Amino acid sequence: MVALDDVSVVYGKNEALSRVAVQFPPGAVGLLGPNGAGKSTMIKALLGFVIPTHGEMRVLGLDVRHKASEIRARIGYMPENDSHIPGMNAVTFVAYCGQLSGLPPVDAMQRAHEVLYYVGLGEARYRKVETYSTGMKQRIKLAQALVHDPDLLFLDEPTNGMDPKGRDEMLALIHDLGHNKRVNLILCSHLLPDVEHACDHVIVMDKGRVATQGPIATLKGSGGSVFELRIKGDLPRFVEVLRGEGLEAHGTDEDVMRVLVPAGRSARDVFALAATQGMQVRHLRPSVPTLEDVFIDAIEGGGRAHS
Amino acid sequence: MPIHDQSYRRYTGEKRPVRSAWLVIARAGLMDFLRRRAFLALLIIAWIPFIVRASQLFLATNFSQAATFLEATPQTFRDFLSQQSIFVFLITVYVGSGLIANDRRANALQLYLSKPVTRAEYILGKMSILAVLLLAVTWLPGILLLLLQIAFSGSFTFIKANSSLIASVTLYCALTVLVITFGMTALSSLSRSSRFVGILFAGLLIFSDAMFNALRFITGSTAISWVSVQASLDQVGDLIFRQTPRHQTPVAVSFLVLMAVIVVSASVLERRVRGVEVVA
Repeated sequence: MVALDDVSVVYGKNEALSRVAVQFPPGAVGLLGPNGAGKSTMIKALLGFVIPTHGEMRVLGLDVRHKASEIRARIGYMPENDSHIPGMNAVTFVAYCGQLSGLPPVDAMQRAHEVLYYVGLGEARYRKVETYSTGMKQRIKLAQALVHDPDLLFLDEPTNGMDPKGRDEMLALIHDLGHNKRVNLILCSHLLPDVEHACDHVIVMDKGRVATQGPIATLKGSGGSVFELRIKGDLPRFVEVLRGEGLEAHGTDEDVMRVLVPAGRSARDVFALAATQGMQVRHLRPSVPTLEDVFIDAIEGGGRAHS
Repeated sequence: MPIHDQSYRRYTGEKRPVRSAWLVIARAGLMDFLRRRAFLALLIIAWIPFIVRASQLFLATNFSQAATFLEATPQTFRDFLSQQSIFVFLITVYVGSGLIANDRRANALQLYLSKPVTRAEYILGKMSILAVLLLAVTWLPGILLLLLQIAFSGSFTFIKANSSLIASVTLYCALTVLVITFGMTALSSLSRSSRFVGILFAGLLIFSDAMFNALRFITGSTAISWVSVQASLDQVGDLIFRQTPRHQTPVAVSFLVLMAVIVVSASVLERRVRGVEVVA
């Protein structure tokens, strides 16, 4: 679907993307990373808003540098921040976006009605977009990205500013698009549960580089085992000790931590380390690996377990 | 599929290559303004001078006594277009100030430019809105007056005697609209506030004109008329209508000033109309 080959993007002296080489498979792909990791920059580079200083990019098999217009006709983009065409009601706005993407006016209007119903704005489609709540604005951004039935959707932080119910509904829509409607999509987010819920494949970015990537199920399952651990003693020091021994650990609560034990090692190593440090293990329970574990391992541990 | 079916479906119709996105933008923008009552009122008022001039032509061609002081000359058409400049100003402020500023305020540029719309098409679409509405209060009534002159007099004598008048009206209107449209669109791309843009446009026109008048008063010469956009338009307009230039500035200099406005505006638009603002 999307391929980047040795791509670098520089803003002044700041390298936002550093020699990124990655391929996005078809289906629902999550682009995950902390703020400033380079996710949005990558999307903007793929859309042609930002020109890379180095490397090549292909979207849907087309070169971004030379076929930008053809690519934009086949993709949908839901931007991160609030955006709309001022002075229009929802259905006019979405139909207008459809026309700009190449739909005949009659088809654009018909699709606008359908898509607005699909995203849950059917009853509010004659209201001015300026009067919409934050959640409704997120939905209409999705509608304008969908109206021309794109081959690939770029969704940049689609649940930003939404209440829990709205967020669940938005994620359900994205999941439905990716899995039932067979729309290829790239979901750019810093929220792990969003990506875990809606995507099958994830690419984790950090500091302008790809930290790890792969199918979520594989990443969660192939990196060894995860334990919930509670100790009596100096918790930060023990985390350092664990990391020093190649076991990634991070706190989840006041005195509970999650320890990622790589394949080939076991819980006995944790007990042995605690014993050498004179600490009591109060609680140790096997846990199910989550995307958060993968993420933290990739960001803090350099992707030892999965890359 | 009925409209109440709330599911998403793939589009099976034909998508056409988008080669005229600017037309879609221009049409939507024009419809937006033509739906506003305040703007329609302004448009109607802008056509009142046309009715007055049409009455003048009617009287001059049908009543011989009136013809002595109401007879149409090329100057009549030049004066008519000069009178329309107040409406050109009002429509430019009303329509032009928000053309890009409103899109910048609503972050709409990234939406436009994520579609198969190039920056040039976007700018052309936005400029077309203002240009069409300005031509509707300058060129269109000007040409209609010429046609009415022929119709009322029942002969082509006037138009044969002044064969260059159609070209003069067209050229002068085109130049005025081009300079003002470029200038206003560029100003509109500089801010997110349409009010600020409107004030800036008015300020620049008034300031440059005031500066010209002050310098004329001090130096006693009109050779400095190039500092005023309006004076430069008048100067070139005189040449287009084959009249004696009203200022001492060489017409070529006035023309260069107008071209400079267009070039600078194009450069501003090239820098300001982007899908993303990068602060390095």
